[in-house]
Amino acid sequence: MSKKQIMSPLPGTFYRKPSPDSENFKNDGDSVEIDDVVGLAEVMKSFHEIKSTVSGGKIQFLIEDGDAIMPGQVIAEVE
Amino acid sequence: MTDSRSVLIANRGEIAVRVNKACRELGIKTIQVYSDADIDSLAVKMSDEAIRIGPAVSAKSYLNIDNILAAAKSSGADAIHPGYGFLAENSEFASAVESSGIKFLGPSSQAIKLLGDKVSARELVSSLNVATVPGSDGRVSDLSHAQVLAKDIGFPLMIKASAGGGGRGIRPVYTGDDLSRYFPQASAEALASFGDGGLYIEKYIASARHIEVQILGDGETYLHLFERDCSLQRRRQKVWEEAPATCLSDETRKGMCDSALKICQAVRYRGAGTVEFLYDTNSEDYYFLEMNTRIQVEHPVTEMVTGIDIVKEMICVGFGGKLSLKQNELKMTGHAIECRINAEDPSKDFMPWPGTISKISFPEQSGVRFDSMLFEGYEVPPFYDSLLGKLIVYDQDRSRAIDKLKHVLDKFIIEGIPTTVRLHEKLVNDGDVIAGRVDIEFLEKWLLEQF
Repeated sequence: MSKKQIMSPLPGTFYRKPSPDSENFKNDGDSVEIDDVVGLAEVMKSFHEIKSTVSGGKIQFLIEDGDAIMPGQVIAEVE
Repeated sequence: MTDSRSVLIANRGEIAVRVNKACRELGIKTIQVYSDADIDSLAVKMSDEAIRIGPAVSAKSYLNIDNILAAAKSSGADAIHPGYGFLAENSEFASAVESSGIKFLGPSSQAIKLLGDKVSARELVSSLNVATVPGSDGRVSDLSHAQVLAKDIGFPLMIKASAGGGGRGIRPVYTGDDLSRYFPQASAEALASFGDGGLYIEKYIASARHIEVQILGDGETYLHLFERDCSLQRRRQKVWEEAPATCLSDETRKGMCDSALKICQAVRYRGAGTVEFLYDTNSEDYYFLEMNTRIQVEHPVTEMVTGIDIVKEMICVGFGGKLSLKQNELKMTGHAIECRINAEDPSKDFMPWPGTISKISFPEQSGVRFDSMLFEGYEVPPFYDSLLGKLIVYDQDRSRAIDKLKHVLDKFIIEGIPTTVRLHEKLVNDGDVIAGRVDIEFLEKWLLEQF
């Protein structure tokens, strides 16, 4: 089975949940649809939703909550 | 005499550059802390010594009290300059610095704590007979409570959601009927938007300006350096600042500056600070908003019109020195305007956009100052505030300063990333801005209608 990638369109800090006390937008193993929010990018103190550009099952995140991301960097893979 | 003192700069960006410069001119050694994202920054290049304090994410570097204190101890720093933002108004940080035997270049941790808390600051200010914006001073339980308060405060009023912020959940009401109609509605909306239906009410000032007074104190002597007008704001962020505030009468100016001094005296203030007021242009009344216990972004406009180097003064008094200036020797001459240059794209709803600066140039002439962290080839990191620098122009009066600003913005080039230079070019050519017909709501309306 081939894997599809979700890449960050933005540079900044990546968050997997809307606020520190919330649940993750998606957990490893979830399935995703196109336009599902998979995380937030904090760019210069402003927050932007990162939406999936692909659909598929069994999402696997490659970036931890609070890590730095660069444009084009793969955030997660789906099957 | 050589100065053997050293200052650790617990900040980054343009203010770290500004503090490095002031220390150098005073003959004080600088120790610049940096995160992994700032190793190539101008502040690091300028400093005498640089110490890494952690990864790019500010919670693990510039907000990490333990790492900053460890850097100060290992380098033998005599004092810490907190800049603005990050830990500058964190009383726990100031207190930790105080108890480590290192000087904190700012007020005491108690003063930071007292003035940083909205409730205790309002109490202090009221006890000094300085007005605050009339309001409910907390949650309004129900409509009948609101009606009683409305009689006291008078219309128009603002209903605000306790859990709101940044301009959200605010509704103006002009009559008692409005209040009866909108109060329950606002409560329901607040509950739906913020998960909390709590409301408070405040007097609505229809055409208000943001005026603030710069002060300096050494714990015994207190000086005001007059005022700035910072009414051009977007989402409560200042965009353009001026000194003096030409809308003020001499009497109002004196009243405001004296009120600011009273607050400083009451807390035996040490360092540079700013007392912010909301000024009602119709009634000429002014109301205390808050006091910022640190150097402010827009301090250069005051430096230009008074000739005082505020950063050097705050370093001197922070080391225990006394102010050598006297109030009656201070005066304002001419007019200064500051434009904040941010790494934001004004044509895309001010989307911040980091990247590499490929070219930068501006006319270097008298009365033009560019306080920034930029150089050609600098890679603006995505992890921090979008402020790149401040363009300040000075001339003998406001209309000449506006003309100079037009000329300078026309020749001002930053290439590689989008910036707010183009916004300022449009503002400086706007009839209302040129005439000074603005208030704190002006810029957001103007952006919707004319930008």
